[in-house]
Amino acid sequence: MNNSTDIIIIGAGPSGTAAAMILAQAGKRVVLIERGDFSGCKNMFGGAIYTTPTKEIYPEFWNTAPVERGIIRHSYALLGELDGTTISYDKQSSGETYEAYSVTRAKWDRWCAQQAEEAGAVLVKETLVKEILKDGNRIIGVKTDTGEEFFSKIVIIADGVNSILAKQLGFRKDIKPEHVALSIKEVLSIQKEAIEERFNLSDKTGCTYTIIGGPMSGITGMGFLYTGTNTVSIGVGVSLDDLQKNFLKPYDILNELKKHPILSPLLKGATLKEYSAHLIPEGGFKTIPKLYGNGVMITGDAAMLVNNVHWEGTNLAMFSGKYAAETAIEALEKNDFSENTLALYEKKLKNSFILKDMKTYEDVVPTIEKNAEAFLGYYPQKVNEFMDMFTTVDGIEKKTKYTGFISSVFKEKTLPSLIKDGIKLVKLAAGVFVK
Amino acid sequence: MSVEKTTPGNIDEKLSTIKYKPDEKSHLSVINQDKCKDCNKACTFFCPARVYEWDESQQTLIIKYENCLECGACRIGCINQNINWEYPNGGFGVIFKNS
Repeated sequence: MNNSTDIIIIGAGPSGTAAAMILAQAGKRVVLIERGDFSGCKNMFGGAIYTTPTKEIYPEFWNTAPVERGIIRHSYALLGELDGTTISYDKQSSGETYEAYSVTRAKWDRWCAQQAEEAGAVLVKETLVKEILKDGNRIIGVKTDTGEEFFSKIVIIADGVNSILAKQLGFRKDIKPEHVALSIKEVLSIQKEAIEERFNLSDKTGCTYTIIGGPMSGITGMGFLYTGTNTVSIGVGVSLDDLQKNFLKPYDILNELKKHPILSPLLKGATLKEYSAHLIPEGGFKTIPKLYGNGVMITGDAAMLVNNVHWEGTNLAMFSGKYAAETAIEALEKNDFSENTLALYEKKLKNSFILKDMKTYEDVVPTIEKNAEAFLGYYPQKVNEFMDMFTTVDGIEKKTKYTGFISSVFKEKTLPSLIKDGIKLVKLAAGVFVK
Repeated sequence: MSVEKTTPGNIDEKLSTIKYKPDEKSHLSVINQDKCKDCNKACTFFCPARVYEWDESQQTLIIKYENCLECGACRIGCINQNINWEYPNGGFGVIFKNS
């Protein structure tokens, strides 16, 4: 039967392509199904890929992959209405490679798919999987939008955040608005030399910004900025719950952010190359679905594997794809595709940074979301007020200014609410460090 | 010139930077139009491509599916779970080239 293979992978994003390449390298027969014209054409992220995890899957990728700038600086900007406080960490590369590289998903995912094809995987594009085929409680294949059926010993579901297929299998319930963020971004064309001058970069280096406050003050949302070779990507990710309840238009927020006096000079004269949008899984550890069943595994965003605190998703996707592939290789060697054998996939995830990190941070996003007004609104604003007071020279005695600042906090916040916020922060920190 | 003058603030102009291959048939539909009448119509705000527009005279929700970025926000964010959401068939829909 020519419509039967060892493994079918649904979705040729970072997770599916990594799984496909590893399986093909092990000599297994793999069919990778992608609904888009090419891999990456439905995808968007900040974004950058991190070298250390990525090179475990694609050794020396920086020599051939479409990477743009090597990231040497991470800046964190707390924006007030018109002012802002920015903290930056700079680290020049000490060797041949950089800690991370800016990429676009249209190019990066496509390159990853090429690696899988070169290893021997069969990439089927422009094909949407509509249904997972079952025989009793065993997954046996897929049905596509043209009505064709393909059969395999294992199906790996890597179809992204909306994973209709995981839902169809009953592996997860409906996603709630508070468990996703809607991210939009604009890729802006700016001359290469202008980028280097404005951001203080060399011709190969780049930087990123994490942005808090400004037009997102008090809502669960953050902004981001990444420098490409001759583009700057700027965007926001806002909890869908907050957008829905407050009747906010995401592009209005981004328009406001671009106008902010801290960012606007960096973007001067830019033209819009492409606008895009995507959902980000934000539910964390508690929303991870059932990860495997008889003849099936779920990886990447489809499995909600995103660490929001560190903006990590792509490497979790690639690694979950890797672990699913390794599990599938063992299952093929044992000729046993049952739930019992595929449980190894979850075991591998549990023993790795993926589920360990997600467990560590399980309470962070929900706590921030519940207290967005304080943690993403009031306190960042107070940082800017403090900096304003600290840097202004005006002939007023310093001690008076400090007392004034402290008493302003007590005027705006009651002592119990300050203590409560403090306890929340300590609990969060304790949760992160002690777990 | 400042970035707000050189880049469009208007959503339709933003969308004009994106390549699409729209199918003839919509991949999005409203399950029950009556439910939209009493709804707060948050979808007309949070949709990043302004796919949804309320037609006051016809009392119906207009769906400009050709603009859809396939993000899934409406599927999750519709308070009545009243949107039938599918991916466009293979090869159709949005084609991001630079994101």
